[in-house]
Amino acid sequence: MFAEFLQYLLSGITVGAIYALAGLGFAIIYNSSHVINFAQGEFIMIGGMATSSLVAAGLPLWAAVLLAVVITMLVGVAVEFFAVRPARNADVVAVIIITIGASIFLRGLAQLIWDKESHALPSFSGDAPIHLLGATIVPQSLWVIGVSFLSILVLGWFFNRTLFGKAMLATAYNRLAAQLMGIRVKRVLTASFGMSAILGAIGGIVITPITYTNYEAGVMLGLKGFSAAVLGGLGNGLGAVVGGLIVGIAESLGAGYISSSYKDAIAFVIILFVLFFMPNGLFGKRGTERV
Amino acid sequence: MSLLRVTDLSKGFGGVLAVADLSFTINPGTIHSIIGPNGAGKTTLFNLITGVYKPTSGRILFDDVDITGKPPYELAALGMSRTFQNLQIFFNMTALENVMVGAHLHLQPRLLASLLHLPSVRRRDAVCRERCVELMEFVGCGKYRDADAASMPYGALKRLEIARALASQPRLLLLDEPAAGLNATESREIDEVIKAVAAKGVTVVLVEHDMKMVMGLSDHILALDYGRKLAEGTPAEVGKNPDVISAYLGAAN
Amino acid sequence: MQMKARTTGLAAMAIILAVMPLTFPNGYYYDIADTALFNAVVCVGLNLLIGYTGQISLGHAGFFALGAYASAILTLRWHVPPLVALLAGAAMVGSLAFVIARPILRLKGHYLAMATLGIGIIIFIVLNTESWLTGGPDGLTTDNFTLLSWKLKGDGGWYWVGGGLLLLAVWLSLNLIDSPVGRALRAVHGSEVGAEVVGVNTTHYKVLVFVVSAVFASVVGSLFAHRIGLITPGIGSFFRSVELVTMVVLGGMASTFGAVVGAVILSVLPHVLTAFEDYEAVVLGLIMMTTMIFMPKGLVPTIARLWRRRRASA
Repeated sequence: MFAEFLQYLLSGITVGAIYALAGLGFAIIYNSSHVINFAQGEFIMIGGMATSSLVAAGLPLWAAVLLAVVITMLVGVAVEFFAVRPARNADVVAVIIITIGASIFLRGLAQLIWDKESHALPSFSGDAPIHLLGATIVPQSLWVIGVSFLSILVLGWFFNRTLFGKAMLATAYNRLAAQLMGIRVKRVLTASFGMSAILGAIGGIVITPITYTNYEAGVMLGLKGFSAAVLGGLGNGLGAVVGGLIVGIAESLGAGYISSSYKDAIAFVIILFVLFFMPNGLFGKRGTERV
Repeated sequence: MSLLRVTDLSKGFGGVLAVADLSFTINPGTIHSIIGPNGAGKTTLFNLITGVYKPTSGRILFDDVDITGKPPYELAALGMSRTFQNLQIFFNMTALENVMVGAHLHLQPRLLASLLHLPSVRRRDAVCRERCVELMEFVGCGKYRDADAASMPYGALKRLEIARALASQPRLLLLDEPAAGLNATESREIDEVIKAVAAKGVTVVLVEHDMKMVMGLSDHILALDYGRKLAEGTPAEVGKNPDVISAYLGAAN
Repeated sequence: MQMKARTTGLAAMAIILAVMPLTFPNGYYYDIADTALFNAVVCVGLNLLIGYTGQISLGHAGFFALGAYASAILTLRWHVPPLVALLAGAAMVGSLAFVIARPILRLKGHYLAMATLGIGIIIFIVLNTESWLTGGPDGLTTDNFTLLSWKLKGDGGWYWVGGGLLLLAVWLSLNLIDSPVGRALRAVHGSEVGAEVVGVNTTHYKVLVFVVSAVFASVVGSLFAHRIGLITPGIGSFFRSVELVTMVVLGGMASTFGAVVGAVILSVLPHVLTAFEDYEAVVLGLIMMTTMIFMPKGLVPTIARLWRRRRASA
């Protein structure tokens, strides 16, 4: 009974950690630009695919990971530079179409560069399951949880302790004022896409040994990340992390106890339910509209 | 008999009271002004009266009907309309269409009839169009009738908002800084428009910084400071009130 | 003046529709044309929501799919006449849209995008999962559309029905936007608070247009089910929803003819691109990005503006 629950919980936290990283990616970009980047899922996919093919090409794992993260970051920066920046003053709907266009483009590109097959990556430290109070966990899950946790800590340190991180927060809070204080807002935008891409790549790399990856793998992960970000309240980084974990755990419990076919629907049922009662998410700002 | 009666009205934003225990009445057929330094709560008060904000406590009676917390569109149906300090123009429509939206309540908008463009819809629209053109001429932006609102100059947009509000045939019209951003000549022209509106029997309430306009136009003035009533009375009385003078001088320093 | 532009536009469309089939060498072209017509009708409805009222929906393919499945299930299992099934489907989808519209349309911008996306995906997953009713991933086969003893078949038949339906949809849409209801919808887009203070119940109109656009999608979905012969959950996928929104935005938001043009272009494009099948996604993505960057108002409004400017300067 308890072992079963623990089992679902562990796998929920594992996948929830990836959603949290994706959600955090959405939050960072949303904060600096008020853009929802629907290509966030593709960052996850590119991270996994690149690492997998570099390892297959004979590179040691650490080098492949490093290179994949850099590649993904460059892709993120390119998305900002070529697709989002030229549309600064466009309608919300137009920008949504642009980032969805970017995601379709990246998916098409991935299919050309690689293929439509599944790609694997060996586990970082073996496959011998670890037993824990009757539940089992693969070592890779610990990698996922540990690396995600570490990334979030580093991010927290970056935003609260470094000058550039504070500049990014300032830009999120008041763009014009930040600009007047001498912050280069454009650089902040580029950095936010680069950082979100790095987060996505990290998530994609650590999860690939468990789930495999393919050119379409980013779609659902991206949408779940979006759910996580909205659930937590758009632009709230910690909210996105909590949202990601809630979505992951609920999904895993739902798949275990209710129906595995409806696993993917659970995230969206939760999000609708929350939005019905809290139109700005769990921790979103609740401002009175100024007229 | 009062047209508008506000009793013990308060509105707080995160612990700060923008409007505090405010009570006053507005009689029909007059031009009222609400004055006060920046941040005195004038616009918040407007937003409370017109239902854009919900009050934290207190009551608002319009024509002896309790309208506290009612949404703006219901108040419009009861005969109240307003303009905005930050323009709320429909920039995706032409000037004339903006005014015609103002006449919404008088057009019996039905989905099926609208989809089929029934003769009754067309007839009513034609009459409405005529009347709205007249209103645009009345407020002095008639030459823009077919212009896209997005291409109109600021001064004309301020007039357009007044025309749109008038198209709803209000008994009470609230104008939030109708002269802000206008030059002296334009301000005097708006003066005349407001007088003409009042002459038609519409009760007007103004929020305005232009003291010359306020003193010249108003029958009655309400002075606010920090969300509280500072003074009330005729322009002459309020102008002499030491609290009002010090609040304004204080604000000027 | 507006009246005239509208009649001219409708007449031009009718002529194009009538002449088009003369250029079709074979039935394959009718398949493409019918798809384009169906998409165009859905987009005309969706444009009322997105273009005119300023509310986004990333789940409209879900309503389309529900209409299609309602028709398939009702005609196949319970032998309901197709027209009755179509109407029943529309009534069901309309009621569903009505029930969810109120809480959903309080949301703004990206929150609304999220909620509609969620509803679309939930519908898609239900269609995939409840195999006892929907046939699951394999889908359902459907019969021809019949009305009393008349049977709609052949390439031409569907084309004329689709064309007629499109003309009707465009006519209704043009009527609506130039009416008190239409002005109220556009006012919601322009400024919600500005609309409220002159008596427009913005919630009411948002719900109304959401239901109308959902019913448009459902009706077309029903016809599509009969036309295509086999429906699968894919017709209600997130991609289909995105595709529909892209058609509207590409052609031109707040332009009825724009919605039609966008739908036709994006429906025909994949068939033009079949030659380089592998590049389809890359090209589609590029088109979406470049048009939105260089023509954020969409094709038809941008071209119309250029045209007017040229005429003014000539």
